[in-house]
Amino acid sequence: MMNYSTHTSAIRPAAWWQFVQCQWLNLLRMPAYSLPTLLFPVMFYAFFGLVMIRGQAHYLLATFATFGIMGAALFSFGVGIATERAQGWFTLLRATPAPLAGVVAGKWFGAALFAAIIVVMMEVLAAVFGGVRMQPGQWFGLVGVLVAGTLPFCLLGLGLGLLMSPNAAPAVINILYLPLGFLSGLWIPVAQLPEWMQSLAEWLPPYHLARLALHVAGVKPADVFVHVLVLAGFSLAFSLLVIVGWRRVRQSP
Amino acid sequence: MNSSVIARLSGIGYRYGSHQALEGVDVSLKAGEVTALLGPNGAGKSTLIHLLLGLLPVQTGSIELFGGSPQARSARERVGAMLQISGVQDNLTVLELIRLFASLYPRPAVPEQLIDEAGLHGLEQRRFARLSGGQKQRLLFALSLVGNPDLLILDEPTTGLDPAARQRLWRVIERHRASGASILLCTHYLEEAARLADQVVVLHRGRKLIAGSPDDIRSHVPSSLIRVRSSMTVEAIRSLAAVGRADRLEDHIRVMSGKPTATLKEWLAADPDLVVVEVTGADLETAFMTLIEKDDDTIAEAA
Repeated sequence: MMNYSTHTSAIRPAAWWQFVQCQWLNLLRMPAYSLPTLLFPVMFYAFFGLVMIRGQAHYLLATFATFGIMGAALFSFGVGIATERAQGWFTLLRATPAPLAGVVAGKWFGAALFAAIIVVMMEVLAAVFGGVRMQPGQWFGLVGVLVAGTLPFCLLGLGLGLLMSPNAAPAVINILYLPLGFLSGLWIPVAQLPEWMQSLAEWLPPYHLARLALHVAGVKPADVFVHVLVLAGFSLAFSLLVIVGWRRVRQSP
Repeated sequence: MNSSVIARLSGIGYRYGSHQALEGVDVSLKAGEVTALLGPNGAGKSTLIHLLLGLLPVQTGSIELFGGSPQARSARERVGAMLQISGVQDNLTVLELIRLFASLYPRPAVPEQLIDEAGLHGLEQRRFARLSGGQKQRLLFALSLVGNPDLLILDEPTTGLDPAARQRLWRVIERHRASGASILLCTHYLEEAARLADQVVVLHRGRKLIAGSPDDIRSHVPSSLIRVRSSMTVEAIRSLAAVGRADRLEDHIRVMSGKPTATLKEWLAADPDLVVVEVTGADLETAFMTLIEKDDDTIAEAA
């Protein structure tokens, strides 16, 4: 029998940390994911928020940042899980004592890191080129609320990733991502959308996260409790999707 | 449970929709033994492995692994698995993956020692995506050993390996068996099973066809194996006395015969240039093929 390593205790924290670290490394080393996820929303903000639409840099910082973190969460989970399932990585992990919560947490930390980078990059652009001025707490608060706000989108991505093939996942997520962003008023302020679109926006999760972001950034006060409650409701609904997907995976690994 | 039996699968049945993948299968795995799980494609081998690993829920029958459920964390901490369709995250290096897996087990192997054992020296910093097919197989094998498992499940571990790497893997399996681990080896290489297995279980069409030592399996085929060089066609050879089956291989013809003396006498009369290479008992591969064909014939007759 092989020699045993001396680091035999506290395997859970070690495993959790390893999953977080490996998830970050894997995403950072994957230019096909990291470059579009980081640059696409930031370029959108630079183009629309700073160049095309004048005088709205502060408002659009909050909404385009919401758009950016939504992409990081949906693609990291949706495409990531669907691909890993097809590769057999997911099945291999299930055959080990890996804490499934650790696997998901590792993925969430990966998405959260990307979300934080996206928001910070936009904040730098907003401050330098858009003349946006906020209190230190608001700069950090915007990052915090949007990183926390990845939760419902991570759950939606996880559910889709468990249910779809790796070929279908990117297409379906793109079909969801872009219309969700537009209809929730993330590209153009909601007030400038036709009335029926404004009513529709209230039924979409990015709209409610954007309201919270606008509130934290000091652009537009919002009823925080209501928006948090709606996002919690969406998270619960997407959790049901995750349960359905998980049951399907368990029947046929 | 018998103290040396570490896993017991009793009356296992599994159905994917309308397809019955397994039916009434009983298998026991003992400490310090290699069990070879053989069967043609679609026989139910991978389903059995997935059930034993707790990746599929038990539909019919029962599975006891280390005295408990295969889904228990305590059981998974004692099992290492190399699955047929296995990938890892492409952008992680060999060392990162080994460290990640080592963090999952209470008594992990020393990564450096594992790297030596799997022949991955010099590849520690290489990402999985940049490894060759054989190197990937060796890494997946190393990952199955990370937890110092008491049960090692290997689903076609030597596919794509060069002969030297295959020999190295065999030696590692033998070392683990000698240290008391149980190994479940699923393979299409019959010489691998013949060399390593203490017990052979043959699955066919979801049922257990036969189980026993390699010698037991061979003894179920009373025929002799004749290897010859001859200019006769395979069709003509099949019409000779007592010939069960005949196949033309690269440089010789392989024939199964129930009465080798009568076969060779008749053959010499028909082909004076016949060169007999050897006459032996049936090898495991021949016995396996014969048993499968016989079972197919029985099922066809019944239908």
